[in-house]
Amino acid sequence: METEKRIISILVKNQPGVLSRISGLFSRRGYNIDSLSVCATEDDRYSRMTITVTGTKATVKQIISQVEKQEDVEKVLDFDEYAVVFRELLLIKVNVKSSERSQIVDLCEIFKAKAIDICEETMILELTGSTQKIDAFIKILIPYTIIEMARTGGAALERG
Amino acid sequence: MRINGAEILMNCLIEQGVDTIFGYPGASVLAVYDTLLDFPVRHILTAHEQGACFAAEGYSRASGKVGVVLTTSGPGATNLVTGIADAYMDSIPLVAITGNVSLDNLGHDCFQEIDIFGMTLPIVKYSYIVKSAKELAHTVREAFRIAQSGRKGPVLIDIPTNIFNEISEYELIAPEPILPKLIDTTDLVKIATLINSSERPLIYAGGGVIASGATEQVKALSTKISAHVAVSFMGIGAVPSSFKNYIGVASNRTTAPTTALKECDLLICLGTRFNSRTESNNKLLTKRKLPIVHIDIDNAEIDKNIPTTRAIVGDVILAIEELLPRLNGNANEEWLARDFGEKPIKNRAVDILNSLSKKVDKQTIIVTDVGLHQLWTALTYPVETPRSFLTSGGLGVMGFGLGAAIGAALASGKRVILVTGDGSFNMNLNELATAVKNKLGIMILVMNNSSLGMIRQIQQENFSRRYSQSTLYLKTDYVAFAKSFGADAYSIEQSDDIDKILDMALRHKTPVVIDCKIPINDK
Ligand SMILES: Cc1ncc(C[n+]2csc(CCOP(=O)(O)OP(=O)(O)O)c2C)c(N)n1
Ligand SMILES: [Mg+2]
Repeated sequence: METEKRIISILVKNQPGVLSRISGLFSRRGYNIDSLSVCATEDDRYSRMTITVTGTKATVKQIISQVEKQEDVEKVLDFDEYAVVFRELLLIKVNVKSSERSQIVDLCEIFKAKAIDICEETMILELTGSTQKIDAFIKILIPYTIIEMARTGGAALERG
Repeated sequence: MRINGAEILMNCLIEQGVDTIFGYPGASVLAVYDTLLDFPVRHILTAHEQGACFAAEGYSRASGKVGVVLTTSGPGATNLVTGIADAYMDSIPLVAITGNVSLDNLGHDCFQEIDIFGMTLPIVKYSYIVKSAKELAHTVREAFRIAQSGRKGPVLIDIPTNIFNEISEYELIAPEPILPKLIDTTDLVKIATLINSSERPLIYAGGGVIASGATEQVKALSTKISAHVAVSFMGIGAVPSSFKNYIGVASNRTTAPTTALKECDLLICLGTRFNSRTESNNKLLTKRKLPIVHIDIDNAEIDKNIPTTRAIVGDVILAIEELLPRLNGNANEEWLARDFGEKPIKNRAVDILNSLSKKVDKQTIIVTDVGLHQLWTALTYPVETPRSFLTSGGLGVMGFGLGAAIGAALASGKRVILVTGDGSFNMNLNELATAVKNKLGIMILVMNNSSLGMIRQIQQENFSRRYSQSTLYLKTDYVAFAKSFGADAYSIEQSDDIDKILDMALRHKTPVVIDCKIPINDK
């Protein structure tokens, strides 16, 4: 069956255990999470969980209704990728000899990434963007030996 | 008024109309047990916390009220897990209150400290760790509301022991009535059209009909549109078995509902979730591409196990009341006259149940344990009223019976019949002491087939009769055992004994155990 990628934005009450309650729901019902992030909102009674999942239409519908019925859930928004602005943040440390630095700077230019730490042999780069853009950037850096990286889940807001 | 946490807790229970709680003391809840002495709440001390939890569930299943169970931290709390899971699976409103170590000790792996909140996350509707006496009253009120509203279920309140001694402000607040709701009626008109154009409708009623109290509405719907009515295990009693359009319990063993499913042209499902026990019927449904209407209080049940054509999310009573005036009322005598010809189950246990059903009141509550005896009772006993057939449907937990029967007897004040097996009875027979102590009119039929019959049957059919760990042949003398606990007891050794022994046993108004010898190969 055809699967699709959905971004589900869940506004939850800041109650003890709310994160385990929601993320536990995903694991025990066998839903695959591609990414999950939690952040504060403008109202400190609530947090926002942004979860991207891949599943069939029926699975996504089931996920949403299971989430909606949780006592701590205030609101669930289900976005396809076009209706929202969606961003991830990437920090990546690569092995770069001084001779290669300019190549990296060019790449950063193209991707609108920033070099935020430069040492003799390494550089740390920062990039925000869509999942695809970040995937593409990482792929391009592979030949330079990636030492380590940290990547956030997504943050999403509805357009308009 | 300013009172301590233990008093706030007791006052809140009284507010909610709680008259009976089940529990077991331990260090962390001793302040509550002390306060209990001054409040008009009956506390039933069981032999084991699992028994207390099943009793609270039985109390709720029989009465429709919230069951309340109270235990200490650590082992007291972990002993509740199976009962909470059972309440979760069968959508039973339950409030489980556990003590815990004091707030400043939480997280230090103290003596009898267990993260019961974390441990029960997947099996509760909601749960709390109370952080101050100030929030206690609000928490208890909200817990009762959550347990009873929408799709009902268990709520856990974990209370660190210091909260019971902390003083805070308390004012009585009478609970707001919980009103049934219609949540999504978008499909209402389309459903009316589907029903109006159906010639052979079949209603399939589940536990939701009992939870909603919709018996009269389901009968009215069935009568108006000429629909046969089948029920799920949890739906037994949703309509009386003597109702003219009733055709029985859908299961892998009964044939009438399955035949009706093959012949109907519309299936109307009320408060049911198509669980896997009726898998062959579910497969049939998917294959037939039959139009299916689903009415359920829980939106997450729509399309979860079986894709449906149209649905209403909301209370069954309200949904049917919205539908009825939109229905033409197609009389189809021919469809209603169709006799699906159930093949009767014949064995000694069923003979005993038949004989018993003629001797006792039609409203008598029947409780079962889990195994073949459960199937035999569910599929043959003529249940006439909702909340008079209690069984562990979703979890299927052996040992449920005696605790649940104790709760049901206390809720109803009437005789309760427990049909159990030699395996299931052995799991929690300690609670016979509780039944005797409280002089409860529980008649216990131990369908003693010297085996874990259901397991043995599966091994016979699927494992080439290699009976591994399913044959019991215990040397237990159930009559002597029961008497030693202060109960009366008899045994039925052969079919000729049935009438005589049942008559003698029915004279007792206190616990009576009947050891019913059942041939090991009875199916
Ligand atoms: C707590 C628990 N453990 C194991 C099982 C698996 N199980 C289902 S039925 C059954 C046998 C029940 O034996 P008994 O109570 O004697 O009933 P019978 O089938 O013989 O009538 C078992 C072991 C279960 N349902 N519950
Ligand atoms: Mg047995």
